[in-house]
Amino acid sequence: MATNSYIKRVDWITIGLYALLVAFGWVSIYAANFNPENPVFFDTGKEYFKQLVWIGLSLFFIGIIFLTDSKFYVEFSYIFYGLTLFLLVAVLLFGKEINGAKSWFEIGPVRFQPAELCKVATNLAIARALSRYGFSFNRFSDLLRAGALILLPMLLILLQNDTGSALVYAVFILVFYREGLTAYVLTFGFIAAIVVTLTLMIPNATIIGMIILGVVAVLYIKGYRRELIKPLVAGAVTFGLAFAARYLVEKQWPLEYLLMAGVFVASVYILVTSLVKRAFRFVPTYLLILWSAIGLSLTADYFFEEVLSDYQRTRINVLLGLESDPLGAGYNVNQSKIAIGSGGFSGKGFLQGTQTKFDFVPEQSTDFIFCTVGEEWGFLGSTLVVILFVSLLLRLLFLAEKQHSSFSRVYGYGVAAIFFFHFAINMGMTIGLAPVIGIPLPFFSYGGSSLWGFTLLLFVFLKLDTNRTELIR
Amino acid sequence: MIGIGIIYISKLFVLQVYDPSYKFSAESNTRRKVTQFPSRGLVYDRNGKLLVSNQAVYDVMVVPREIVPFDSLDFCDLLGISIENLRERFVEMRVNMGKRKISSYKPSVFLKQLSAEQYGRFQEKLYKFKGFFVQGRSIRKYEYPIAAHVLGYVSEVGQGQLDKDAYYSKGDYAGVIGIEQTYETYLRGEKGVKYMMVDVHGREKGKFRHGRYDTAAITGKNLSLSLDIELQQYAEQLMQNKIGSIVAIEPSTGEILTFVSAPSYDPSILVGRKRGEGFLSLVEDTLKPMNNRALQGTYSPGSAFKLVNAAIALQEGAITPHSKFECDGTASKPIRCTHYHRSPIEAAGAIETSCNPFFYQAFKRTLERPGVKTRDGYVAWYNHVRSFGFGERLGIDLPYEITGGVPSAEYFDKEYHGRWIALTVRSLGIGQQELLVTPLQMANEAAILANRGTYYSPHVVKSIEGEELPDNFITKKETTIDPIHLEEVIKGMSQVYTGEIGTARYYQHDSIQMCGKTGTVENPFGDDHSVFIAFAPKDNPKIAISVIVENAGYGSTWAAPMATLLMEKYISGEIPRRHKYYETKMLEGDFINGDK
Repeated sequence: MATNSYIKRVDWITIGLYALLVAFGWVSIYAANFNPENPVFFDTGKEYFKQLVWIGLSLFFIGIIFLTDSKFYVEFSYIFYGLTLFLLVAVLLFGKEINGAKSWFEIGPVRFQPAELCKVATNLAIARALSRYGFSFNRFSDLLRAGALILLPMLLILLQNDTGSALVYAVFILVFYREGLTAYVLTFGFIAAIVVTLTLMIPNATIIGMIILGVVAVLYIKGYRRELIKPLVAGAVTFGLAFAARYLVEKQWPLEYLLMAGVFVASVYILVTSLVKRAFRFVPTYLLILWSAIGLSLTADYFFEEVLSDYQRTRINVLLGLESDPLGAGYNVNQSKIAIGSGGFSGKGFLQGTQTKFDFVPEQSTDFIFCTVGEEWGFLGSTLVVILFVSLLLRLLFLAEKQHSSFSRVYGYGVAAIFFFHFAINMGMTIGLAPVIGIPLPFFSYGGSSLWGFTLLLFVFLKLDTNRTELIR
Repeated sequence: MIGIGIIYISKLFVLQVYDPSYKFSAESNTRRKVTQFPSRGLVYDRNGKLLVSNQAVYDVMVVPREIVPFDSLDFCDLLGISIENLRERFVEMRVNMGKRKISSYKPSVFLKQLSAEQYGRFQEKLYKFKGFFVQGRSIRKYEYPIAAHVLGYVSEVGQGQLDKDAYYSKGDYAGVIGIEQTYETYLRGEKGVKYMMVDVHGREKGKFRHGRYDTAAITGKNLSLSLDIELQQYAEQLMQNKIGSIVAIEPSTGEILTFVSAPSYDPSILVGRKRGEGFLSLVEDTLKPMNNRALQGTYSPGSAFKLVNAAIALQEGAITPHSKFECDGTASKPIRCTHYHRSPIEAAGAIETSCNPFFYQAFKRTLERPGVKTRDGYVAWYNHVRSFGFGERLGIDLPYEITGGVPSAEYFDKEYHGRWIALTVRSLGIGQQELLVTPLQMANEAAILANRGTYYSPHVVKSIEGEELPDNFITKKETTIDPIHLEEVIKGMSQVYTGEIGTARYYQHDSIQMCGKTGTVENPFGDDHSVFIAFAPKDNPKIAISVIVENAGYGSTWAAPMATLLMEKYISGEIPRRHKYYETKMLEGDFINGDK
């Protein structure tokens, strides 16, 4: 293998984007930790100094990755996966608890978060599983296997009490979709998300009413008009009687129960007539949809009120705009928005930020590192970061699409999906568009584990990409 | 992905470019305005002697959350407080924290105003008491324990002042009474501002933008008073154990040389840690040492007013310098005479002997001239009197001066239902009845006579650093009396000292020609007040003075010698040996503790 052609085959555009992001990231960490009273550079205790060491080590890892044969990643993908799952279990037993999450190993001065490494391993395992000859999402055992690959690490990380990192694994659904998972899953997921969100925002009766109206409207459009009349009348009469009874006995029965009674009577009517007429035209699908939507709504409500703890409830409420609490749960986001907003068009200038330096913004060098960018580099700098990330994502999709080997393709999509999730959620939360979920901004947030995790993730793909014309099996 | 990118960029645009509200929040988030207090202007006397300066005091400050357990006995011992007191202070601190009056992150005052010695000892052991530190502040320092009524004091501004003047903010100090109040705007200087960067806990993190927006505090302007502090000191000594006033004016300028309201107090007691106590003791004192009797005490001028009446009678042509009137001594009607002297007697002699019948006659003739209605005569007299500054504020640069009172013709119309003649108001002829004047006005009367008919509004400030004196103090004011008539009055005043039976003949000076007039003011509430007004020397007068000693009896026994001693002291700098006897007597005189 001639070195010259090898260098030619490496995707320098991605490496350039990576270098820019890491450099900008380090500058931001330096600014966030910079102390105007004591401007020393060589302080080994400072985060910017440590981050420099982590970047150095990342370069070392990149070297190793490029020296390793692509086949190694394919062959050892399940073993990696097994190893990292083992680490996830180990961290539950021997890990150190930081900020309420037991997800760190501490070895001397170095802290290590296996969840970061696990993303790479899971992505490799999924690539391996989905690229297996004859794999199809239509086969239930395949679907189950793929789902298990995601759910296993997700569960272990949830047990560590690190909800943010666990949620990242949900993003593999996007990869599955690309690889042939039916659009129904996505559509259902999307509708479910809307139902859940609305459940939290508006009264239960209203949401159930909306579900009923939605299903009826769909049936009407689909041409089931005559068949609708009798069940609707039956349902309406039931609801009316129940309502009158509620009024007469002067009990505060919740309205949604009355509505459900109506739906129940209508459903029974439909089932009975269908059985009598032996015509099951719209019974199974639509009644199922109707009842599962109602069930989802009630479950979400129960989950929200009974399962979630207070602070989680408040966070969600603040995000949905149902609660305004600038010094409580909304404090982080509010301070973050102030910091970013104060940057203005062109920013305050390097090291001139005030919000991010004096501890107004919490987690200023990790989860909220983007505030430093927003404050010191303004709209121009922030936009540049957004463009860099979007460019990286587009480039990754472009490269993934070019892969001859399905393993490389799936892996590439996985990389893009993970970066997308981190980028969208992290940046979204700093500007108040996404819930506050504690996940890092790739290459920006301080921390060795996350930098190494993302570097590994990216460069394993770049290594696979050098063999894009080959079939790696 | 591009969609998300576009949404995020749009949101960033709104946050950073479109919506300005986040920028304001950021400013107030991180910048703290720290006021720099200027030091107050200094006060000097007319000879450049320092009267009022500033001293540093030290407050013990505390940052509650930084406190760690410490040796409380040692702490109390160093600061001179009891352990119970310390406990109370901690309880109070906690209560204030509970009420969010003070922050556990920010410094607040724990103990006010350490002495320099306590400060030194405490500062040395400060390392033992985490969370405490000492902060300097400046308060007034008085070099002399006198002149309290002129100087006034400084105190925390009240709500009224806060509303009226935007300069002040809560906790600021401003002058109250005295020149501290009148010249507050000069003395206070200008506050400066320092912008500090603070972190989320309010801890200072250095200067904002390297101090680019900071303004330095501008020190207050210094004042030079017209007071002669040595003369003031002597006057206050003379007035010890007495109630009354002494006001001495330089006639050629209106500058007040001495301003005493007795009893007085040491201005230092209204400064520092014991301020509250001192204030209370002054307020509770039955002798009301805080009252400014020189400006607010109203007295009938008594015989001292005869000078004005003589001048008016001469001016109006009611008498001539040679007009003589009979005096039957104690048998005189309608007003008896208290002095024994030759009879009949002319104006100068009547002043010398303070002959009541003469002044009744002269006053009667002033009002009841042929072809002039009595009322018109009275109005003419009234206007002359007013031109001496009686019945109005003279405009001194000290607050709360009162007008006194000269009864108007309308007043008598009402009082006597329009039927009144000179006989009805005869007591005005000898300066009694409804006539009310302040000691300042009497001193001004002496200054007018010394100036032969003109005066400047009396004032206690000679100059303000870098500023002009107000016009009022450099504008000459005229009386309605011609100088030639006043010369006749002054001749009489001179005879008071030099005449055979002059009421102040015992106090004559070998070389200084003095002019004066005694007064023994009837007091319906007790013993007569002793009054004397004078000026010296007769030509080119340097000092005009009024002395009033309440309940001391004859003007010639107390007020006259005191005024004389002060004039001697001011003009020659010493007291003649043969006056030492009087000096001792005056210093020992006591009208407060019942021992005369």
